[in-house]
Amino acid sequence: MKAKHQRLVLIIAALIAIIGAGLIAAWTLRNQANYFYLPEQMAATPPAAGQAVRLGGMVQPGSLATEADGVTVNFMVTGNTEDAIPVRYSGILPDLFVEGSGVVAEGSLGANGVFMATNLLAKHDENYVPKELEGMGTAQAAKMAADTTVGLTQ
Amino acid sequence: MTDKPPSKNTERMDFWLWKLPLGIWLWAPLALFAFFAGLAGYMLTQDKTEFVESAMIGQSLPDFALKPAFDGLPGAARSDLVGGQPRLLNIWASWCLPCIAEAPQLEALHAQGVEIVGIAIRDRPEDVANFLARHGNPYTRIGADDISEVQLAIGSSGVPETFVIDAAGVIRYQHIGDIRESDIPILLAELEKAR
Amino acid sequence: MIAEIGLAALWLAAALAVLQMVSGAFALRSAEGEANPLAIYARPAAVMQALLAGLAFTMLVWAFAVTDLSVKLVAANSHSMKPMIYKLTGTWGNHEGSMLLWVGVLALSGGLIALFERRLPERTMGATLAVQGFVALGFYAFLLLSSNPFERLPVPAVEGSGLNPLLQDIGLAFHPPTLYAGYVGLSVAFSLAMGALLTREVNPTFARVMRPWVLGAWVLLTFGITAGSYWAYYELGWGGWWFWDPVENASLMPWLAATALLHSVAVLAARDALRTWTIMLGVLAFSMSMLGTFLVRSGVLTSVHAFAVDPQRGAFILVLLGLYIGGAFTIFALRAGAVAEGKRFSFSSREGALVFNNVMLSAILAIVLLGTLYPLLTEAFDVRVSVGPPYFNPASAMFAIPMFLVMAVGPLLRWKEDSPRRIRFEVLLLAAILIGVIGLVSFFGQFALLPLLGLGLAAALGVAAFLPLRGRKLTRVPVATWGMVMAHFGIAVSLFGMASEGAFTQERLAAVAPGGSEQVGDFTFTLQSVNPVAGPNWTAIEARIAVSRDGGAPVILTPQARNFWSPAQATSESALLTRWDGQLYAVIGNQAADGRWQIRMWWKPFVTFIWYGGLLIALGGVLAIIGRVRVDMKRRKAVSLGDERRADLEALGVQPGLAE
Repeated sequence: MKAKHQRLVLIIAALIAIIGAGLIAAWTLRNQANYFYLPEQMAATPPAAGQAVRLGGMVQPGSLATEADGVTVNFMVTGNTEDAIPVRYSGILPDLFVEGSGVVAEGSLGANGVFMATNLLAKHDENYVPKELEGMGTAQAAKMAADTTVGLTQ
Repeated sequence: MTDKPPSKNTERMDFWLWKLPLGIWLWAPLALFAFFAGLAGYMLTQDKTEFVESAMIGQSLPDFALKPAFDGLPGAARSDLVGGQPRLLNIWASWCLPCIAEAPQLEALHAQGVEIVGIAIRDRPEDVANFLARHGNPYTRIGADDISEVQLAIGSSGVPETFVIDAAGVIRYQHIGDIRESDIPILLAELEKAR
Repeated sequence: MIAEIGLAALWLAAALAVLQMVSGAFALRSAEGEANPLAIYARPAAVMQALLAGLAFTMLVWAFAVTDLSVKLVAANSHSMKPMIYKLTGTWGNHEGSMLLWVGVLALSGGLIALFERRLPERTMGATLAVQGFVALGFYAFLLLSSNPFERLPVPAVEGSGLNPLLQDIGLAFHPPTLYAGYVGLSVAFSLAMGALLTREVNPTFARVMRPWVLGAWVLLTFGITAGSYWAYYELGWGGWWFWDPVENASLMPWLAATALLHSVAVLAARDALRTWTIMLGVLAFSMSMLGTFLVRSGVLTSVHAFAVDPQRGAFILVLLGLYIGGAFTIFALRAGAVAEGKRFSFSSREGALVFNNVMLSAILAIVLLGTLYPLLTEAFDVRVSVGPPYFNPASAMFAIPMFLVMAVGPLLRWKEDSPRRIRFEVLLLAAILIGVIGLVSFFGQFALLPLLGLGLAAALGVAAFLPLRGRKLTRVPVATWGMVMAHFGIAVSLFGMASEGAFTQERLAAVAPGGSEQVGDFTFTLQSVNPVAGPNWTAIEARIAVSRDGGAPVILTPQARNFWSPAQATSESALLTRWDGQLYAVIGNQAADGRWQIRMWWKPFVTFIWYGGLLIALGGVLAIIGRVRVDMKRRKAVSLGDERRADLEALGVQPGLAE
């Protein structure tokens, strides 16, 4: 019954490949997944030097300084405690990157304790859309229609 | 089907271990999907708020002076938020849908004697006037912040947000997102605490 | 009025989906050869449903075109001052509108197969339409009950809240429709696979029916992904062309499954082998589409592209997924064992090579799926991670490289059984090219392993794509074979672009004073001036940069840092200079305290080949469709001619069979 044999061989080959993919994925993920640190976490349990991680917090007011080359900046990132991590970044700053605002820095911690950022993400100035909003907005708007003067153009 | 006696090969094939790969092959996709669905279902029930809290709570308001956002009310400066009773500082914009939703709550707070100073973000005077005409005007003052300068300086990262400012000009509480009916008592309590 | 017509059309379409489903199910129940009287409604119901869904979508587009601010969706997502083309394309730039497009394409696919497909036994067709109707019903319910695009505001808004300015772009305008046509077009493959499984009709005829649908959806998906990648490259201002973002992965996973499927269907059609494998892939491809829809709209994964997240909507879609994917996998588990084994083939044969490649593609699909879902798993344990290129690139390369090697020689092998010795000349030639290119490039500098391998493989694949034509009369090669040649060559071109960009990109980041000059690659660029400019709904600062290559005539590039109002958002508008051998990519940043401006420039050799390759792949697919359809039409004509002749002979009283 060679045909049946063949199907079995195919199935086993496919299963081996898929399980192999799964194992490789699991192993690589453990090494390469990018963990997120708050400043206090990074101060308490710092990642290995050179390990790609992300650091998120607030840019400490008064800490932003630009170097002479005009494109490298240094600043401190703070969280919910006193801990502050120094960050260094070469590149164009995101538009809403200001002292006192939120930031997520991607990069790695250097041996000297300075976080070398390869990418910065600033929190955007978008309107929130809470989940019950749509219904609430309409209901409120309906209520308002009764009380307010409406001068509409379409 | 012929009547040939089963060959040794077929006997080997009928042994349950050989059927196992076929079984795995047939049922594994369903099993994996069920695991994923369970995980996703669980995760959907988890709250995923990712607000960036202001580090300015407990800090004094930065110095600022904003021009009026429209003709009907004066502009807002730090000096307007100092002295007397604690006040609410409401960061909003006419183009922001949740701001429509919170308008009645602001009205309610205003009716209870709370002073509300507004900062309109990247807005035009006519749009501000239209919004207030349609949804009510609970503000005593509205400053125009065209480049989000003051907004970011006080640690706000979106609209709408509302802050409780005490008589010394110190930020005592931050409310992120629109104010719902259930938030009114909380804000009133915070205003009390800030006295 | 418009919105009401649209909503009514949508409800009617949903009702027709019920009819289609029930009628198709009755076709399934009829015994072999008989026709159930209730089964005749399935096809017309599918066609009417397609028309009504199309009408509903058209009504929404109209509402956006006239900026009907009494419709909540328009008020939230459009603006009267937006240019007309973006008003129209804004229809699908939001959750509800894009979901309506999704459902519209689903209905259209069902209508098309109902209208044009006559080769399948009626029972199988009925089962197929029933499944298609069942899937459509779930998504109609989702739209009508939780994401109504036609909802009215009791008080019309004074002005719209505008569209995300990142979406106001011509590339992005057309990217969603082609992508959706691809994703959702795979639903036909899904329904056909389920239909064949339920009626035990898994055979070459079924494969020939399924093939053009898979190819069609695959071509659109290829084009959509290529367009999306190019859009992200020039719009986001970071110089990257693929970010392994969950939304990007959501489009790649169906593509990987569809590529495996189209090769598997080819084997089933030609050799009646790989039956259950083809069914599994048919189910998997559309399941990946639905999974992608869930990931993007539920909020379980954060992404720069995601629509406004809503866990309640996410829960609804998850239930639909459980119903459709869970249902399909269950039926597969119960029925697939009964599908008879296909024809045998030896491991070294064309089938063997195709099996190997299919398995590799599935492994890559598993890698991408696991990487995309991993953050979801860790977050359940309160650990936040992000998974990016350091995982995806090496893990998928591990399976892609063997796949490319086999892809190079697979088309040269014969069906059923062949010996590697027969093609040893070609194998040695390709090995020589691979090693030669790697050696040559290494001679000129230090490069990372993956880009190096990519360059070698691209060269070998480029030559290998044309080898099947060797020794054949070119004018007599079937069109479908040209399709294969072009598609495989497109892969080589794309791979070359990716590897070249990875290995040879040069970058310069500097703070430049007006009048100052810097160097990147062969190019010298001078910042002439920085001026404020304004557009219809934005203001910006624009840099004028004069760029010259090796001292040649200067070209002016004008990158901008732009601010939109309504809603307020800042974007970076990059400026591109395209030459035959690459692209110069310029971005302007902030002004330093001393008046210097931050300028960032990349010289990316052959980066455009990535997307040219994508277009070639899509074109190859189009040729394959044309070729197959032509062959099919010829065969149908021959069959009908033969039938006519037989009928004539019978009428004359002559025994048929003698004249053939």
